[in-house]
Amino acid sequence: MKYGLPFEWIVAVRFLYEGRLQTLFIIGGIAIGVGVIVFMSAMLAGLEANFLKRVLTTQPHIQVVAMDQVARPLRDPRQQTEDAIIQKPTQRVVSIDQWQSILQQLRAQPDIVTVSPTVAGSAFAIRGEASRSVTLTGIEPQTYFQIVKIPDYLVAGEARLASDMVMIGFELANDLGAKVGDKINVSSASGGRQVLTVSALLDFGNKGANQRSAFVTLRSAQSLLGMIGGVTTLDVTVQDIYAAEIIAQHIASANQVVADSWIKTNAQFFTAVQAQKSTNTLIRLFVGLSVAFGIAAVLVVSVIQRSKEVGILRAMGTTRGQIMRVFLLQGGLLGFAGSVGGALLGAIALYYWHALARQADGSELFPLILEQQLFVYTAVLATLTGLLAATAPAVRAAKLDPVVAIRG
Amino acid sequence: MGEPILQLENICKIYNQGEPSEVAVLREINLSFYKGEFVAIMGPSGSGKSTLLNIIGLLDRPTTGRLFIHGQDTQSLDDHALTQLRGHSIGFVFQYHYLISAFTALENVMMPLLADQGFPDAAMKARARFLLAQVGLEKWMDQLATKMSGGQQQRVSLARALAMNPDILLADEPTGNLDTQSADAVFALMRRINQQNGTCFIIVTHNHDLAALCDRIITVVDGQIQTGAPVSRT
Ligand SMILES: Nc1ncnc2c1ncn2[C@@H]1O[C@H](COP(=O)(O)OP(=O)(O)OP(=O)(O)O)[C@@H](O)[C@H]1O
Ligand SMILES: [Mg+2]
Repeated sequence: MKYGLPFEWIVAVRFLYEGRLQTLFIIGGIAIGVGVIVFMSAMLAGLEANFLKRVLTTQPHIQVVAMDQVARPLRDPRQQTEDAIIQKPTQRVVSIDQWQSILQQLRAQPDIVTVSPTVAGSAFAIRGEASRSVTLTGIEPQTYFQIVKIPDYLVAGEARLASDMVMIGFELANDLGAKVGDKINVSSASGGRQVLTVSALLDFGNKGANQRSAFVTLRSAQSLLGMIGGVTTLDVTVQDIYAAEIIAQHIASANQVVADSWIKTNAQFFTAVQAQKSTNTLIRLFVGLSVAFGIAAVLVVSVIQRSKEVGILRAMGTTRGQIMRVFLLQGGLLGFAGSVGGALLGAIALYYWHALARQADGSELFPLILEQQLFVYTAVLATLTGLLAATAPAVRAAKLDPVVAIRG
Repeated sequence: MGEPILQLENICKIYNQGEPSEVAVLREINLSFYKGEFVAIMGPSGSGKSTLLNIIGLLDRPTTGRLFIHGQDTQSLDDHALTQLRGHSIGFVFQYHYLISAFTALENVMMPLLADQGFPDAAMKARARFLLAQVGLEKWMDQLATKMSGGQQQRVSLARALAMNPDILLADEPTGNLDTQSADAVFALMRRINQQNGTCFIIVTHNHDLAALCDRIITVVDGQIQTGAPVSRT
């Protein structure tokens, strides 16, 4: 008997130890339930983190573009008469009106981290006999690199741009037979034409992007695409990624622009994650309930089995409160022990699943995220569940009439 | 004899009062017990001996009548106060289910002290050891309670009943489940402790030979005290 422990702990622990087979079985049951929760929560967190990382390191949080040029009547301010109807021009790159002032205004906003102006359009890359159509993007490297981590995708050369340089996808380079330092000819439908030196080869982990991407300076793109002084897009990153949609709506309503947040453009993924989360919550709830019922069932039986001992304890001066705490504690201890076992089971399952489940290219399906927080939450929740489940049996034990208990 | 430590005044116990199955188990019991007494309660089965003992021990409440311990009326006490009073003044020895099986002999003897004080300490252990030595079981103190013989278990429960140094020790057929030799040993032990400590012993027994060794015999028949009548052979 340990000197440091109070009466209730000593009796509760002894009772659990004496009924060790029952105790082990119920702890095993709790551990399996808790393990499932830990495993699912951690995997979901990993998948979500992976998804967010993929989306948010290759995409701005908000893209601001010019308003669609919808067909609208032209008004003559003096005559109020209508002119010809303008059709929406197809495939034409349109500059954002007043982009400089919008840029200044966005940069001044505290919830916005980075704003980077870009010009994008189609062009042709030609080298010798080979010619490929490319998506030409004009960027301001220092701001753009903060949004899309181009240096992370580097396979050859240097992530660096000057007015006569171009960074291209490595498959595009293969198609053109170009290496770092080689010159390629870029021209666009609007008549712009320039010879550029390849400064870097990039691998985005995506075949389409690797075959079509070409990055040049903002100024080069403007002249190539025939949009001197204009930009097609303002790429924005924000402080709180989940506020992106609200910020985007503010931007759109304050200016004559369209602003799309990553939440909107990835709506499908987003709803899928949300659905997973609510499923997970439901599963937690039901696992919690079955854990609670399991603990309650074991303790109810234990109270019946021990009614004579409870009666004797009461006869020798043990109060109702003490008896109640003895059984509450047993519930709490079962919950806690089960959650520790469950955390171990869940962690082991995660390691195995992490090692086994791979994407087609062999990379991990989800990053292994084992947050301490998850374990602490789970342990606290399981302990509380145990205490709660023990309430009815504990009250029953406390109410036992010692006379009946001893006689029976 | 001085002031009684225990006094029963018109104690009645009626089960299922107001129902067709109403039974008056105890009727108008008036009794006094004094320090250092060694009293036997006898009577046929079902006469109400255990009920009487449980009321004396504050485990059960009388339907009517009053019980005084050290002159204090127990009627107005709530469950918590009764439990405290019971723990400090009264020790129990029962016929069956003597000990808590999850604990050793020593721990069982410590249990009333532990419940009272909350935390175990060395003094508690020393006292339990002393009491086990008194009942001749010091060697067995680390034995699990359930691994002992009936006589040994009953001696452990006697040691446990003495842990809080109570004034009153109640025993409901303490030897009823023991062979003659063990029964005599346990009885002799109780008698010795009674003489050493002045503890008032009230023992329910069917054993006339042992009852004959007591200071006083109270006979309960049909829920009433039989005064002056010779002890009927049951
Ligand atoms: N809860 C109860 N409800 C109804 N009757 C009861 C209840 N408890 C005890 N009795 C009755 O009270 C009477 C006295 O019981 P008690 O146990 O006091 O007898 P006893 O003298 O100790 O008998 P024994 O020698 O067999 O132990 C018995 O007839 C019993 O059936
Ligand atoms: Mg009886």
